[in-house]
Amino acid sequence: MTENAEGTQQGNGEGTGNGDRLPPAVLEARNVTRTYRMGEVDVHALRGVDFSLHQGEFLVLVGASGSGKSTLMNILGGLDRPTSGSVLFQGQDLARAADRELTEFRRRHVGFVFQFYNLMPSLTARENVALVTEIARDPLSPAEALEMVGLGHRLDHFPSQLSGGEQQRVAVARAIAKRPEILLCDEPTGALDYRSGVVVLEVIERVNEELGTTTAVITHNAPIAEMADRVVILHDGGVEEERRNAQRARASDIRW
Amino acid sequence: MIGSTLNRKLLRNLREMWAQVATIALVVAAGVAAFVALQATVDSLQGSRDRYYEEFRFGDVFASLERAPDGVGGRLREISGVTAVDTRLVAPVRIPIEAATQPPIGEVVGLPAGGDAPLNRVLLLEGRMVEAGRGDEALLLEPFAERFGIAPGDTLPVIMEGTLRQVRIVGIANSPEYVYPAPPGGDAIPDEERFAALWMDRDAVAPAFRMEGAFNDVVLRLGPGASLPAVLAEVDRTLDPYGGRGAVGRDRHRSNYFLDMRFEQLSGMATSVPLVFLAVAAFLLNVVLSRIINLERGEIAAMKALGYHNREIGLYYVKFVAVVVLLGTVGGFALGGWMGQGITSTFLRFFGLPLLEYSVPASTFVPAFAVALGFGLVGALVALRRILRLSPAEAMRPETPTRYRPSFLERLGVGDLFGTSGRMILRELSRHPVRTTLSSVGVALAVGIIVMGRFSMDAMDFIIDSEFYLASREDISVSLVGPTSDRAVNEVRGIPGVRFAEGLRVTSVRMTSDHRSRDVPLYGYPDENRLRILLDGEGRRVPMPTGGVVLTRTLAEMLGVEAGDTVRVRLREGRADERPLLVTGTVTQAFGLQGHMRLEDLNRLLGEDPAVNQLRLAVERGAYPEVERRLSDMPRVLEVTRKEQAVARMRALSGDTQRVLVLVLSLFGAVIAVGVVYNNARVALSVRARDLGSLRVLGFTRREVSTILVGEQMIQVLVALPFGLWIGRILAGLLAGTIDQEEYRFPLLISTETYAFAVSVVLAAALVSAFLVRRRLDRLDLIGVLKTRE
Repeated sequence: MTENAEGTQQGNGEGTGNGDRLPPAVLEARNVTRTYRMGEVDVHALRGVDFSLHQGEFLVLVGASGSGKSTLMNILGGLDRPTSGSVLFQGQDLARAADRELTEFRRRHVGFVFQFYNLMPSLTARENVALVTEIARDPLSPAEALEMVGLGHRLDHFPSQLSGGEQQRVAVARAIAKRPEILLCDEPTGALDYRSGVVVLEVIERVNEELGTTTAVITHNAPIAEMADRVVILHDGGVEEERRNAQRARASDIRW
Repeated sequence: MIGSTLNRKLLRNLREMWAQVATIALVVAAGVAAFVALQATVDSLQGSRDRYYEEFRFGDVFASLERAPDGVGGRLREISGVTAVDTRLVAPVRIPIEAATQPPIGEVVGLPAGGDAPLNRVLLLEGRMVEAGRGDEALLLEPFAERFGIAPGDTLPVIMEGTLRQVRIVGIANSPEYVYPAPPGGDAIPDEERFAALWMDRDAVAPAFRMEGAFNDVVLRLGPGASLPAVLAEVDRTLDPYGGRGAVGRDRHRSNYFLDMRFEQLSGMATSVPLVFLAVAAFLLNVVLSRIINLERGEIAAMKALGYHNREIGLYYVKFVAVVVLLGTVGGFALGGWMGQGITSTFLRFFGLPLLEYSVPASTFVPAFAVALGFGLVGALVALRRILRLSPAEAMRPETPTRYRPSFLERLGVGDLFGTSGRMILRELSRHPVRTTLSSVGVALAVGIIVMGRFSMDAMDFIIDSEFYLASREDISVSLVGPTSDRAVNEVRGIPGVRFAEGLRVTSVRMTSDHRSRDVPLYGYPDENRLRILLDGEGRRVPMPTGGVVLTRTLAEMLGVEAGDTVRVRLREGRADERPLLVTGTVTQAFGLQGHMRLEDLNRLLGEDPAVNQLRLAVERGAYPEVERRLSDMPRVLEVTRKEQAVARMRALSGDTQRVLVLVLSLFGAVIAVGVVYNNARVALSVRARDLGSLRVLGFTRREVSTILVGEQMIQVLVALPFGLWIGRILAGLLAGTIDQEEYRFPLLISTETYAFAVSVVLAAALVSAFLVRRRLDRLDLIGVLKTRE
């Protein structure tokens, strides 16, 4: 993992219900709003969200569909800009960053896992990972990354030759191969059956624990929250509740 | 190593989309092929001609005269700019062979001893040269020999100055001056059947024409930088006392003139038509690529999310376009080179040019590739920019502006007529007005190109109709040896089977106004003329006013005169002086630069008694052979032409090249139609697979679902058809413009058959494409479709 010694002091000392001190914030959103124009109506996806992501933590963001969780993750990951408010990463406000800077941010610091994998169908598992390692500094090798998600034996399979769970694990491998500071997963199990879903969660858990990657998982699937260090519940475009789990559940113990 | 994975993705995507890539590359290839083939043809033909002219020392200036002593040649040699002079004997003869329905006419060309003429040299194809001193040996012009199966060793009857002689053919030959073997005279249509050249030993044959120690024809070559007008004037001045008939440059040389006319047509087409093709291909490339890129929206967004910069993604699509365009260009180059070879050899045969020099100009590759690439990139990058401008989060969502509205027709209140499927089609089309318009424009261009291709046939039909049937109502026309008393008309009227006859006087003059001048034929018509009449562009009869001349509009434009002005006319026969002549009117005609006046006035102008030199006959059906036999027995008759033969000749001359043109352009139109419709339907299928799949899940039949998809395409095609016809008219106008020359004006008339043909070709191509896509639609994986994100 790359050095991030300077940290962000702004987030420091933010308390939780338990009163424990959190590690420094890696990413911090302040009073973020996002309004979309859908056809002829304005949709307020986020209505002033304050939120931070702390170094090394496993965070689960839970909310019903339409609660604004994907929008928040897109903004945190530099895929989208808020309508107002700021998003701070290493002292830089992503809300005001130029396109180029956002691209650079994604390229260096963030790994994404999407609900529908978003793999390139014309590339094999190894090549899908290579797509990222080719543009990253000091990446894992594609084989290492795939080994890590348990797909060391399926390097040369095309997405169409892999099950949904396997495809999602390729997506995870692709996301972590650049050794990102932050791993953002949007409904990583949303398109998967229970068994495959658990396997994918195990992989994400392992990445968080072994590589120390700050991880945020977005889900509408409440039981997954048990895996988290910290849980944030979104409702109707705002943070409804935030809590810390005394004990993180293992992915393999989760049932839904 | 950056990019190697992307390159692999590029290759795999290209392979996966091969059908679409192929149709786009084909469109590019068609454009490039047309461009390359025509350029190569023009280049090769010109190269062959130039080499032929150079190696066989074709003259730069030509003049014929009554008779001048050989010594005059020395004075011609002294003219500034002249590097070589050949004073020759060229005499008209008749060749009464039995195989020909009418006796062909010929020209005897005198060769110096040994046969090696200094200018207009002879290319001996078979046999040997004539022996010096042998007045009974000749070389025969190749097309004529071939037409009648005459070989060295055969004997040919030749009437020289009224005396029949048997001439032994010792060789078959050609020469740059007979590339287009056309008989002398006003109505010269090249005709290898009715015209032959005979090369004979000059000294041996001169007595037969009473030309010992004299010449009646001159060929000159000029050095670089020589002034043609000055030389022509000087030659005219020198030869005037000897009955000079006016020197002409290569541009007015009988054979070269026809060759030039053809070349000019061809090179006009070779530059303008392929540019139209290339532009159309490029336009389609633009449309289709922008659509394909829209389809890749999701992948582009994912690449952005992974941290790829816009310029890296841009480069990927630049490569994509470059590969497709390169495939098309290389294919088009190969295809064009091959087509060009075929076209060139057809033309060479047609032109009778002997030296085949074929090369594809490599210089055409770069512009062809650059034009196609440029347009392709614009299309691709404009579409790409639209996607890149979106945030990746937005781009990752399927493109659903979802602002469907009732379509225009529905708002008019006739929506119920269409049913639900119909309404879906209408709304889909009206939701993408730009896309719908561009597709229709593409199809319309396909129709237009086919119309343009077939238009030249229509134009030829019109010209033949108006010139050979409306304006000339005779069945047989007769050229006389020279001006003949108008009693000849009565004599001919007396031949059994001749219903009516009239005489015309045609003479060659140089018409001048200010500094502009043209050598043109001047026609004199008898009063009450019935067989050859003067018509304007609308087919109305133009009256022949007393004492003046009516000019064709093209001629009047060239001389810069109009009715009421005066032109100076320099006569070539009779009194060789210059006289003023009042222009009383102009007339629009497809053919030519001509002056028309009353016979009586023309006779007076020439200072001769009432005389004619052409006869026009209306003949009873079935009486032709007898009338022709009687005519050819008359001593003053030079040539007898049946009109239907002239027409057939005219059609044959243009037929082959036109058929090739129609075929090539139709194929191109079809390729465009397939390119547009197939790609549109494929993209529509990808974008809307989920909608269409949903319909199938809801219980719609395959036929109903495909009606929606195919219906969309068909409506665009149907809308495009009338516009296509209109575009065809414009393109035909452009084409007519490029070949609108001095003597040949293409009327912009397009037949219903041409329109129908263009529409049928495009409709058929569209239906085939729609059918291909429908087969894909039939195989739609319903569950899979519903599972995918979009």
